Amino acid sequence: MIHTLEPILKEHPFFQGMEERHIQLIAGCSMNVRFEPGHLIFHEGDAADHFYLIREGLVSVQFVIPHRGLTTVLTVGNGEVLGWSWLFPPYRWHFDARAQQPTHALAFDGKCLRGKCEEDHDLGYDIYKRFMQVVTERLEATRLQLLDMYGNHA
Amino acid sequence: MATMLEEPEVRAAGLVPDPMLPTPYLIQRAKQETDDTFTLELLPEDSSRAFSFAPGQFNMLYVFGVGEVPISISSDPDDVPLLKHTTRVVGTVTKTMRQLKRGEAMGIRGPFGTHWPVEEGVGRDVVIVAGGIGLAPLRPALYRLIREREKYRKIVLLYGTRSPEDMLYRQELEQWRGKFDLEIQVTVDRAASSWRGNVGVVTSMIPRAPFDPSNTLALVCGPEVMMRFTVMELLRRGVAAEHTYLSAERNMKCGIGWCGHCQLGPTFVCKDGPVFALHRIAAILGKSEI
Repeated sequence: MIHTLEPILKEHPFFQGMEERHIQLIAGCSMNVRFEPGHLIFHEGDAADHFYLIREGLVSVQFVIPHRGLTTVLTVGNGEVLGWSWLFPPYRWHFDARAQQPTHALAFDGKCLRGKCEEDHDLGYDIYKRFMQVVTERLEATRLQLLDMYGNHA
Repeated sequence: MATMLEEPEVRAAGLVPDPMLPTPYLIQRAKQETDDTFTLELLPEDSSRAFSFAPGQFNMLYVFGVGEVPISISSDPDDVPLLKHTTRVVGTVTKTMRQLKRGEAMGIRGPFGTHWPVEEGVGRDVVIVAGGIGLAPLRPALYRLIREREKYRKIVLLYGTRSPEDMLYRQELEQWRGKFDLEIQVTVDRAASSWRGNVGVVTSMIPRAPFDPSNTLALVCGPEVMMRFTVMELLRRGVAAEHTYLSAERNMKCGIGWCGHCQLGPTFVCKDGPVFALHRIAAILGKSEI
């Protein structure tokens, strides 16, 4: 018996409320993956062919700063999305992503999904809306981080 | 809603407490918490002048000959007369305060202000969102919640700080996390790759934190900008505004609403706060003129 990933997709907060037919379309581009702690999921500058929905675990988004070494700028955990560079040219990762904990995720083939979004603009609009929400939240969070609001500014 | 305590409960009989008169306290221990924060543990020189306090209240701490500053009480309200005050070094008074040693004296006036309405959380989930040194005024509420654990449903602490090195009360947080009946999530704004915990702003933990927003008491303390965004996330999640409380900070001087230094819109933080129900200050949060 073949088990599809549709039930898992429907349960994930990122796809909450998505139309059944869209879930069916994207399920064909997805697969279950597991990463051990320390595993480099993607590397800055490499082709961004995938994105991930974290089911369980923790992934660090990191950046190498000369003379400071590897710095973590964000962690992505249960129920969250990892990676949006697959959506926008030049489709290259801007950061490294490394599993901090044993991590179960759904991996999506970016090329496959971009193709489906081109064919079905309703699906494309839905996907872009969901990603824009994530981008907006991350931008807001980054601004708060930049404010250094816990710093001693007296 | 948070209320001003009518009268300290365990003042010694026969003493009429003058709110402007400092009580001498002796430093029992001075502990460096982080690079720029420290905790003083104090006991009254005369034990008959001890007083009780409620979680969230503050004292005016007087370094003799230097000056007086308002500092929240961060100790266990059920472990009086011991007082603990965690302070950041920000000016002359706190700089001098940090140099004080065990056995030296300081003056204390208080306790002042409103308190966290912990009792409102009975039968509810309680979510505490703390940012930076904002954990200090919330720690007495945590002590009280833990002491009366059976009265509450889930207790969730979401704590955000600048870096792992800036985390307050690290040992205690680890101890509480080990109790399994508290959900403690810590996040930092920046970290080296050796940090194994969360990185990101504290507000980003709210959407997926394990509490039932329809039946939650929320207590929030941190920098004002953090509290504004925290409140937005809590409301978005469905927490009721009437069950959301914030602790504000202004330049408190007299502690009893006489001098007006700590005016925040139509309120005085020393007397009407520092703990406010959200609806009382929502309209003035984030107004640069106030």
